Amino acid sequence: MPRANGSLLIYTYAFIHPFSETPRNEEPSLKILVCMKQVPQKDAPLKLNESGTWIREDVSYEVNEPDAYALEEALRQKEKHGGTVVVITAGPARAQQVLREALAKGADRAIHLEDPAFVGLDAFNTARAFAAAIQSESFDLIFTGLQSDDYGYAQTGVILAELLGWPHATIIMQIEKNDTGIRVKRELEAGYFQFVDMPLPAVLTIQSGINKLRYATLMGIKQAKTKPLQKVTLADVQSAVSGNLQKIERLYVPQKTKKTELLEGSAAEIAKKLVDKLRNEVRVL
Amino acid sequence: MADNIVVVVEQRDGKVNRVSWETLTAGQALAGSGWALDAAVVGKNVESLAHEVAGKKLRKVYAIESPSFEPYTPDAFAFGLKQFLQSQTPKLVLMPHTYQVRDFVPKLATAMGRTVISDCIGYKKEGDRLLFTRQMFQGKLAADVTFTGPPPWFVTFQNGAFRGDKVEAGASAAPVETVQIEIGDGVIREKPQPVFKEAKQAVDLTQAEIIVSIGRGIKEQQNIQLAQRLAEALGGEIAASRPICDAGWLPMDRQIGSSGQTVAPKLYLALGISGAIQHIVGMKGSRTIVAVNKDSEAPILEIADYAVVGNLFDIVPPLIEEVKKAKAGS
Repeated sequence: MPRANGSLLIYTYAFIHPFSETPRNEEPSLKILVCMKQVPQKDAPLKLNESGTWIREDVSYEVNEPDAYALEEALRQKEKHGGTVVVITAGPARAQQVLREALAKGADRAIHLEDPAFVGLDAFNTARAFAAAIQSESFDLIFTGLQSDDYGYAQTGVILAELLGWPHATIIMQIEKNDTGIRVKRELEAGYFQFVDMPLPAVLTIQSGINKLRYATLMGIKQAKTKPLQKVTLADVQSAVSGNLQKIERLYVPQKTKKTELLEGSAAEIAKKLVDKLRNEVRVL
Repeated sequence: MADNIVVVVEQRDGKVNRVSWETLTAGQALAGSGWALDAAVVGKNVESLAHEVAGKKLRKVYAIESPSFEPYTPDAFAFGLKQFLQSQTPKLVLMPHTYQVRDFVPKLATAMGRTVISDCIGYKKEGDRLLFTRQMFQGKLAADVTFTGPPPWFVTFQNGAFRGDKVEAGASAAPVETVQIEIGDGVIREKPQPVFKEAKQAVDLTQAEIIVSIGRGIKEQQNIQLAQRLAEALGGEIAASRPICDAGWLPMDRQIGSSGQTVAPKLYLALGISGAIQHIVGMKGSRTIVAVNKDSEAPILEIADYAVVGNLFDIVPPLIEEVKKAKAGS
């Protein structure tokens, strides 16, 4: 749906769809949704569950790193243009931590699709659940991290764009608002980049390193407690989701195909052994 | 009707992206003796590329043509491929896991009510079931994944999962068919500008024989000089994983990984690098890999030829001395 630019269009639009969609904001400010995920901590030791189809839940969690960059970018855009930042996550009760931290950093409100069952949904269904949860909202931009550190599929954002009928761009390193929408900088392989102009609303998947992450201030943590945190149950979005189209049959510790020689001993001994290998076996000395 | 596989070949600037030969190898392996293998090249004026692909052992190559495919946009590619695939009804659609494919294939699959199993490193045939293997949790675990819905099934393969040089040539050239796609106004909403390289590349790491690479384990910017001294002693170049370059501690042209350089030196010495997938794809082709990491579970240790489980700050100083001694002695 093209963005309403003149007030006549807004009135006509509102007349045709009085309750189905809030007319788009005419002001330069931005209403941004950031989709965030809670994943096991990077250095957490992972254990397989009994059926060998997922990991055991008794592990420490943290925010998916690319999503933290997506949030930071949303907060910076808000600081620049004014507007609102809403954060959303789908997961069990523990996932609320990610939302609380986001609110403490400056997000205005949060939506928690709360149910352990969300952990098992594939990207397609997760995107459908998100789309259902934000049906009555009118965002200008939706950010996701470019991929999750646990699944690493890099799909949810792109799927969400298709479900909403919005344009999208992935692996974004820069966003600039202009009169016709936004100009984004896409990262390509091997050090190449590309600018792309697109209209709003749009979905962007954000690359790590786009900015420097802020810390939540004590004031922010305090304020977070009073910011709205809306809970959405699986039942609320049940009609939107259906069976997964793919299934993890088994999860396992990867078989080593390479023969690794472990060098042990004191630091001095290891240094000698390694130089020996480099000279006689690798032949680089 | 025989089950068929379609490999979508990626092209850039009138050349087949090298990684597409790997996908064709995968397609040939999956086709085995039972399924038909077709290929599709998407773009503007890609007939000659389609003929190049037709030299390989497969059934047919399609040149999916439209002036609107140039420059690449996800809107155009998803639209065009959806039209083509709906007329073909293949069982499997294979693509390399490139940044471009990541940009459009989830959109394409969703538009067709289907799903993608992405970044696979292999596959398994168990009876009549097909499972696709992929890494999870940054390489710490592997998963065998199946499709539970109807075909077409979309799969993307990781760089280096198959050997591009192992793709079989055909006994004779396969037929090439051009499919014209009409893309109406309003389909394409993005306006891409020309692709460019950011900083002038001061160093070409692909030419280095020895690389000393640092990761988050280096902890602070000032510690990089320790790694630099080792690189100098060895006569090699310094490089890094993404977080080091994001932090601005080393310039972007020192980055190894999917966003940076892909290297295959004689010796790759990884210091304090955990081995996230995005990094590994950039260096797994190295002749010899030495990894130093204090985490015995770090995925990089899986692909190392020589591993040291220990603190790099303890190991590197005596290592520098031993290297200097060895070089002075010889």
